[in-house]
Amino acid sequence: MTSSTPRAAAGATDADAAEGRVYTVSGEDWDEIIAAANEARDFEHGERIVINMGPQHPSTHGVLRLVLTLEGETVVEVRPSIGYLHTGIEKNMEYRTWTQGVTFCTRADYLMPLFNEAAYCLGVERLLGIEDKVPERAQIIRVLLLEINRISSHLGGIAPMGLELGATTIYTQGARLRERVLDLLELITGLRMNHAFIRPGGVAQDLPPGALEAIRAFLESGPELVRQLRTLIDANTIFVGRNKGVAYLDLAACMALGITGPVLRSTGLPWDLRKSQPYCGYESYEFDVPVNDMGDAYGRYLIRMDEIEQSMRIIGQCADRLAARGSPGPDKDPVMIRDAKVGWPAQLSLGPDGLGPSPEHIKHIMGQSMEALIHHFKLITEGFRVPAGQVYAAVESPRGELGAHVVSDGTTRPYRVHLRDPSFTHLQSVAAMCEGGMIADLIPAIASLDPVMGGVDR
Amino acid sequence: MSGPEETPKAKPEETHGSQAPQGPVPPAAPGPEPAAPGSEAAAPGPESDGNLPARLGEERLAEPVVRTGMFGVQGTPDTSGYGLLRVHQLPAIESPRPYGSYFDEVADALGGALEAAGVGFSDAIERVIADRGELTFYVRRERLPEVAAKFRDDPALRFELCSGVSGVHYPEDTGRELHAVYHLLSITHNRRVRLEVSAPDADPHIPSLVAVYPTNNWHERETWDFFGIIFDGHPALTRIQMPDDWKGHPQRKDYPLGGIPVEYRGAKIPPPEERRHYS
Amino acid sequence: MGIEEKLPSGVLLTSVEKAAGWARARSVWPATFGLACCAIELFQTGGPKHDLARFGMERASNTPRQADLMIVAGRVSQKMAPVLRQIYDQMSDPKWVISMGVCASSGGMFNNYAVVQGVDHIVPVDVYLPGCPPRPEMLMDSILKLHDKIMNMKLGKNRDREITELENARLGLRPLHVAAPEGSQL
Repeated sequence: MTSSTPRAAAGATDADAAEGRVYTVSGEDWDEIIAAANEARDFEHGERIVINMGPQHPSTHGVLRLVLTLEGETVVEVRPSIGYLHTGIEKNMEYRTWTQGVTFCTRADYLMPLFNEAAYCLGVERLLGIEDKVPERAQIIRVLLLEINRISSHLGGIAPMGLELGATTIYTQGARLRERVLDLLELITGLRMNHAFIRPGGVAQDLPPGALEAIRAFLESGPELVRQLRTLIDANTIFVGRNKGVAYLDLAACMALGITGPVLRSTGLPWDLRKSQPYCGYESYEFDVPVNDMGDAYGRYLIRMDEIEQSMRIIGQCADRLAARGSPGPDKDPVMIRDAKVGWPAQLSLGPDGLGPSPEHIKHIMGQSMEALIHHFKLITEGFRVPAGQVYAAVESPRGELGAHVVSDGTTRPYRVHLRDPSFTHLQSVAAMCEGGMIADLIPAIASLDPVMGGVDR
Repeated sequence: MSGPEETPKAKPEETHGSQAPQGPVPPAAPGPEPAAPGSEAAAPGPESDGNLPARLGEERLAEPVVRTGMFGVQGTPDTSGYGLLRVHQLPAIESPRPYGSYFDEVADALGGALEAAGVGFSDAIERVIADRGELTFYVRRERLPEVAAKFRDDPALRFELCSGVSGVHYPEDTGRELHAVYHLLSITHNRRVRLEVSAPDADPHIPSLVAVYPTNNWHERETWDFFGIIFDGHPALTRIQMPDDWKGHPQRKDYPLGGIPVEYRGAKIPPPEERRHYS
Repeated sequence: MGIEEKLPSGVLLTSVEKAAGWARARSVWPATFGLACCAIELFQTGGPKHDLARFGMERASNTPRQADLMIVAGRVSQKMAPVLRQIYDQMSDPKWVISMGVCASSGGMFNNYAVVQGVDHIVPVDVYLPGCPPRPEMLMDSILKLHDKIMNMKLGKNRDREITELENARLGLRPLHVAAPEGSQL
């Protein structure tokens, strides 16, 4: 390190770093900075105001705080401030077993819980070395659930976007379609959100009876509802007027800012991890990757709606495959890896006294096999052991590349899990997108990034 | 009488009540001294080599301890652990050439680019691991911006996208406790690579990569917030997730989880960090 | 507060209580305080299937000055706690709080340094709603219970008397104590 490079000590109090008036930002003194900025000579007196937007605000897509410097209607500077939803999920996972970690990471980005689980479980499976031993039925169910979650996540972004723009009908119609999707998720996983269904080694349970019919019914009626929603929004003059040309980001900016997902695909680059680095068997499904080169908020919205339609295609293919396989039962077509030292032992079933391990499983471990009893006990109290090492597993989530950096030290608990969340990375680009524009363009800009603060703050 | 696995070089406190699980550390050099017999009254005296059964491979004894006992619990009245079983596991330290798949190409291209800039490969890179289908370069922290710039710019490498920094804290790895892990993605070549940099707790400075990959701006702030790694050259290294006046760096291993006991009527369950655990 | 505070206790006050309770319960405006996953279920409750508009609650008041009900939906982090208190203080009387979800009620599954272990450390809570996240039907059930509470809310002198009675009853409660053996985890 040469001596002329300033070292950023804690709080960045390096006085000879910048030119012009230096505001020492240590973060504890927003009030003083705002007061000083308002009184400073180089602010045209009274023409520039510093305004705080959020964290409780209807239009900031969650608990996001924006400190705006405004000159009239123009945004001169915007600083996003996050951390209002920080939950310590990553540290909490270090105190739980590998399987229990799924219930924590699923709540990070709460609009796409199954993607968090998938990224984490792919990481754990790669550390265990069982990637190719996960049963195929489990992989098909994973793809099915991931695509259903993609639809509900996109709708969960588009509907509040309408609400923030003041178009309540988009919100109610989006919520209506999203209810259908959540019904489907509830039928298959048991919960509408935060499912903890994708587990290391497979999936928690097989599809219940009636699931395939429900999926077919959804695929019959869903596209019509999507079409109605698109008729409402796509060519709507006001919507187009508010979104076209707003929040432009080109390819170089996206590369520099680390942006992936629909925002990157709206610059013209068809980069999708499902196609380029496939996981869970995605290489065997037929689907297109929507891309356009508008680069603005409207282009990203179009990509999301197209992705909903492509997801329905994939769901149809999953349903066909599952129907072709029939339901031979967990012995012939398991949904959890066979390895008794890793795979979750029990299949749940609903009995006269509530939900619990199925009677066959109890008969097996109590009456038939001592090893099974021991495995059951050890797996549930201790969990399985994962050999030491580190891994980075990435999935193509509705927002972009969601990565899980999983470090193991050979024990039954994760040593460190870091979720590389796309919303966290994308929020950095708010300044690049919005400075120089009007304050009213800030809202569709953030909505087009579709950040979910749970993923940002974790 | 202690079990056959007890290493003669074990310090007395290791046999009773040593708590920390060992992270993936390089194998510890065998201690130069046996423990002084008279000083620790509680421990059995150290064994001289003549008393141990003959064993192949001194290296195995030097490997770090991965877990202890059946349920690994020390110090509490638990029904299980015998307390004397030591299981050694050697984590991957360095991979021999060839690494496999595209890793050799990347390593060679990096070597060529560094040479062209007049930097020796081993001046910049400590070691290389290819493990579980992923390539990791352990970069010396002074050379980090240079190496990252080569990864971004060299046409054979072209790792345009950085997926951010992840910090890891290995308190047992004295002298190299804080690691910062960068994941790079090449869209041109469809490849991934990992750069890992380490810094000691006493001098937690790592050069910032914001100039090379601007996306690391918030990621480095988050790593500073959670681990205390100071990124030199970062434009505004402040707390980002924790409140601005928070003391301490929460995701370090010496920072408590901070839970409170859960109260029921007539009972209290301790917080997760203090509960019994079975590993 | 208003004229109802100054009325003497009696038939007139009771009638005013009934009328005021009936009116207040019919149009409770929630302050949008959706934080995390529970906010998504709150947003679905406002959708067409589980319709909050039938209770007159679809007009979520974005400004706390006009809001009656704060539904704390989601985990409250240490950084968000002062903001929560500020919003609560900015609401004008009468105001109620539903803590939606286990994270708001007690810290939930996140028993750690970052999450406030129950929002009742910060604001007084009227209805605790468990669930992770609670279904929209559960949220509506809690809202209806709150409506009951609002409708039966006493005013003025009656309220003061009620508060004194409740306080005396609570003070008389004996704690249940079970002696746990030494060295156990309890």
